[in-house]
Amino acid sequence: MIWRVEVVEKDGFYDALGANVKHDIDSLGFGGKIKEVRTVQVYLLDGDIDEYNIKKICENLLVDPITQKYNYRGSVLNEKLYKCVEVAYNAGVMDPVEESAKKAIKDLGVCGARALKTAKKYLIKGNISYSQIHQIAEKILYNKVIQHAVKGKSTIQPEGSPYHFTLKHIDILKASDVKLKKLSKEGQLFLSLDEMRTIKNYFKRLRRNPTDCELETIAQTWSEHCKHKTFRGLIEYEGKIIDNLLKNTVMKVTDELNKSWCVSVFKDNSGVIRFDEKNNICFKVETHNHPSALEPYGGAGTGMGGVIRDPLGTGLGAKPIINTNVFCFGYPDYPYNKLPKGTLHPKRIMKGVVSGVRDYGNRMGIPTSNGAVLFDENFVGNPLVFCGNVGIMPKNKCAKAVRPGDLIVVVGGRTGRDGIHGATFSSGELTYESENVSGSAVQIGNPIQEKKVSDTVIQARDLALYTSITDCGAGGLSSAVGEMAENMGAEVYLETIPVKYKGLSYTEVWISEAQERMVLSVDPKKIDKLKAVFEREDVEATVIGTFTNTKKLKLFYDGTQVADIDMKFLHDGLPPVKRKAVWNKPDFKDPPRNIKNDLSPDLCNLLSSLNIASKEWIIRQYDHEVQGGSVLKPLQGPNQGPGDACVTRPVFGSKKGIILGCGINPDFGKIDPYWMAASAIDEALRQIVSVGGDINKTAILDNFCWGNTNKPDRLGGLVRASYACYDIAKAYGVPFISGKDSLNNEYSTGKDTISIPPTLLISAISIMDDTSKAITMDAKVPGNSVYIVGLTFNELGGSQYYKILGGIGNDVPRVDPVNGRKLMNSLFAAINRRLVVSCHDCSDGGMAVALAEMSFAGGLGMNIRLDPYAMPVGQELLLNDVQLFSESNTRFIVEVSDDDKFTKAMKGHSVWKLGEVRKDNTFIIYDFTGKAIIKSDTDELKAAWQQPFKDM
Amino acid sequence: MANVKVIVIRTAGTNCDRETAFAFEKAGAKPEFVHINELTRKEKNLDNYHIMAIPGGFTYGDDIASGKILANELKYKIAGAIHKFIKDGKLIIGICNGFQVLVKAGLLPNLKGDGQTVESTLTLNDSDKFEDRWVYLKNVESGCIWTKDIKKIIELPVAHGEGKFIPKDKNILNIMKEKKLVVFEYVDQKGNKAGYPHCPSGSIENIAGICDLTGRIFGLMPHPERHISYYQHPNWTRRYKKESTGDGFAIFENGVSYARRHL
Repeated sequence: MIWRVEVVEKDGFYDALGANVKHDIDSLGFGGKIKEVRTVQVYLLDGDIDEYNIKKICENLLVDPITQKYNYRGSVLNEKLYKCVEVAYNAGVMDPVEESAKKAIKDLGVCGARALKTAKKYLIKGNISYSQIHQIAEKILYNKVIQHAVKGKSTIQPEGSPYHFTLKHIDILKASDVKLKKLSKEGQLFLSLDEMRTIKNYFKRLRRNPTDCELETIAQTWSEHCKHKTFRGLIEYEGKIIDNLLKNTVMKVTDELNKSWCVSVFKDNSGVIRFDEKNNICFKVETHNHPSALEPYGGAGTGMGGVIRDPLGTGLGAKPIINTNVFCFGYPDYPYNKLPKGTLHPKRIMKGVVSGVRDYGNRMGIPTSNGAVLFDENFVGNPLVFCGNVGIMPKNKCAKAVRPGDLIVVVGGRTGRDGIHGATFSSGELTYESENVSGSAVQIGNPIQEKKVSDTVIQARDLALYTSITDCGAGGLSSAVGEMAENMGAEVYLETIPVKYKGLSYTEVWISEAQERMVLSVDPKKIDKLKAVFEREDVEATVIGTFTNTKKLKLFYDGTQVADIDMKFLHDGLPPVKRKAVWNKPDFKDPPRNIKNDLSPDLCNLLSSLNIASKEWIIRQYDHEVQGGSVLKPLQGPNQGPGDACVTRPVFGSKKGIILGCGINPDFGKIDPYWMAASAIDEALRQIVSVGGDINKTAILDNFCWGNTNKPDRLGGLVRASYACYDIAKAYGVPFISGKDSLNNEYSTGKDTISIPPTLLISAISIMDDTSKAITMDAKVPGNSVYIVGLTFNELGGSQYYKILGGIGNDVPRVDPVNGRKLMNSLFAAINRRLVVSCHDCSDGGMAVALAEMSFAGGLGMNIRLDPYAMPVGQELLLNDVQLFSESNTRFIVEVSDDDKFTKAMKGHSVWKLGEVRKDNTFIIYDFTGKAIIKSDTDELKAAWQQPFKDM
Repeated sequence: MANVKVIVIRTAGTNCDRETAFAFEKAGAKPEFVHINELTRKEKNLDNYHIMAIPGGFTYGDDIASGKILANELKYKIAGAIHKFIKDGKLIIGICNGFQVLVKAGLLPNLKGDGQTVESTLTLNDSDKFEDRWVYLKNVESGCIWTKDIKKIIELPVAHGEGKFIPKDKNILNIMKEKKLVVFEYVDQKGNKAGYPHCPSGSIENIAGICDLTGRIFGLMPHPERHISYYQHPNWTRRYKKESTGDGFAIFENGVSYARRHL
């Protein structure tokens, strides 16, 4: 039978979740109408369980005896006073609590529990109608992609009926072009006509039609997501043909710099660099944009989960040690009535993404120490969610080699219908229909499953029980096994793959992107030992096939062959894509500006602008100190200002550390992707230098997020950004070690298309020999001098100042990497000699924002005089607001106690004294005539900076 | 006794095990990681250890309630071994999730003495949010051997979503106070009890850590293992004083030195 248990806080105990939901409802515009929200946890338990045992389960497991009460025979509260809405998961969506709850019931000595599902009931008291409640519920209480408001009472859907095998062929041999196109579209294969024709010809030679499974396997392997067709294809640009843009720009930097400490680049699941005598470090950043648009919590969580598996699947497996996150959202106050059809509200997306990343990262026990959050109108239908992970592994565990005869072993979670077509879905455009068509591409992760996998994989690695490992990511087993077997061949017995529920077809099992799975290749002699390691910690490890030397991928289901494809065709058969690219410089007007005497309000407005404002509400929800290695945290100083980069010591007892920074600026991308990319590299490197890092020990990662690159203008921007990657990184002497692109970030409403601004995230990782030399950005000692290092230009284009004035402008900041490199080297040397007390890089909001942040972080005011010489010689005198708010690159504000030593160390560079740190909290900026143009104090500045998100 | 052996208990979702073990190692003990399955399957024996540490993390994902499922494993599968461990005069520390486990297993505050009656709980923070922040803790006069002779006010980070301590009733709270079982209270910089954010969870009477009647079983929400080094403090770059150990280290030293002297 099915028991239904309701659990609620006893009267007199605070219902924190209910209070939070009430707050969210109030902020939807129902303020004052709602008196109370109470939340009831509902458990549905199916099994042969009698009343004695259900009582036992309630009292000893489901209910907190101190704070909660329960009822298994009806409602736990008198519901007459409330309006109720109950939210449950849709059929087929994994309930994250089920597995551990079933285990816990067994621990109590109660057998016979078959299934357990949870639901949440919200009881709302107030002057509000049921139709309003349903509106509210849809906006904040559930997401129809994975959940529904229950009509009547929740129930447990019966498990699917068993699968009856029938081999399915797709008739493409006789298909016309029109039919081929239709097959690709209806099958969600996202293959072009040219590609479909190539597949048709291949099977023509074999004189047979492909099975559905073969066609799906090819579509997964050939997806933009897996093959990066745009970057690696042919591009016609400015009369030239670029054959493989990636190889000619990003990868070329690494080749030409040829750094000895780059261990493995652009080969494995993440880029690997040397750390110390014993260990290497690897780093990977991925995006999970489309899933996060549809289901922010699950999409972002599985984005995190996915990227953690990259270092875990690098070499023979790295232990994950740091997470990074960068998000781009639409404005959280976007009017509901302007929302494009089919999109979730940006605030909803933001909160969901933040919670998804939080719950995955925190539960995995990986500190989330670095990141950024940006806002722009054009991210409204298509947010960007970048998730990064750093791992550490012993030097002798960096190489992998599958051998024919090795067993194929899948470890971790079971396979379900979740995540089907993720790779192909993410390679296409999002539309207003996506939530219906591609709902199954979205998953909810189970971080504890992944934690178990990571713990046990590392143990098996250290016992040398397998020869190679990779993660099951996009494309599921089809991609993982396909890649591992690329140079040999494989046979897989699909019926052996453990499934979550009955009814999955052989193709579904093969292409499902169910989370938390890794694939290992194991010497048959070691299989028993390997299985014992996983069994001890309750992780499933299953042999599903064998690596062969047939150069073929052969799949079987219950003895019938369901696929037989040549590895060579699968991996190299993709016809080259040829695309045209053009770039025309857009023209954006400068916004009108009044010349004002008092710029204090502008500074406060900038501090309160969303890109600059405090992200403390996010940072604190992420455990940034777990694993005990945190040296510089994201919030710094007694008053907690925004740090530039985080510093982590990954090895106990060693002062050697890792610095992480990031550079990103979509506003610059609107004007010119070349300088956008150049600025992103400069910013990431500035952050490294600001905390005491050396750019000569720094590597970077690229993550391109672009609109639809089938459109020549979008592609032209991509080409320009790639050129900048080569020019700037090469001149700085900084290699790329890994990267990823996410194209087609456009949202189609049916009529219009919204494209994201061209966005490149540069993530920087640097090795710091002695982290006791790291410095923070908070002003420290009254009387110390404040300097600006680097030159300010008339570059307000794409600045946050222009953004709050409602314009974009044309004068996008440029980068001079030749001088920039020298400057960063000298500043590093000065910090390394402990000549700098505090340092903060000038980025969003320019010099004024950097000064204000340093000041309020330390709780100490400043006297600042603008220096007419802190600009290139010969240039006209810059207006006050330009000096204050221009976002020119390669600039730092530093606090120094010994002027002589510092200026000597920085000889030959543009270094100008701006003023000094005050004893009190008054913050004043004078222009060069001695007139005070900004007058404030650290409390006011900090309050402005905290204002936008303080109630989140 | 020369070799103080610490059993660091792990299970699905444990995640502060390495740093906790390192803190004990630095304090001179010999830590060993043991999966709960190794205890329930009797592959490892608690008798061979002097200190049991239940580290922070999200055991079983905090599903149903934080710490509950691991607490039940202790309670229903290895209760005998644990009760013997306590009777033998040995030590237990539960940090963060470990504290939640001890409370929900009835091992803290254990006024009744049966090691199974649940007398208090740790529940959702008033903010309904997980929060990572540094707090000031007042070392309240107590019988806890782990905090003997440490500074009056110390700084440690908290990182939890379910840290609001609630005793079953007024009577339990009174006995706890009378018997000096409250070990740490959240305070402000000056040492006065203060509200959010100084007390991040909304704990009753600002309680952050408690011990049992023997003073040997100790649980706390803040993370002492995250402040064993000078460089873990958020403001070390402003301090300009001689490098020293972090405030949390003395707790591990106390535990190890007690074990060395008494076991």
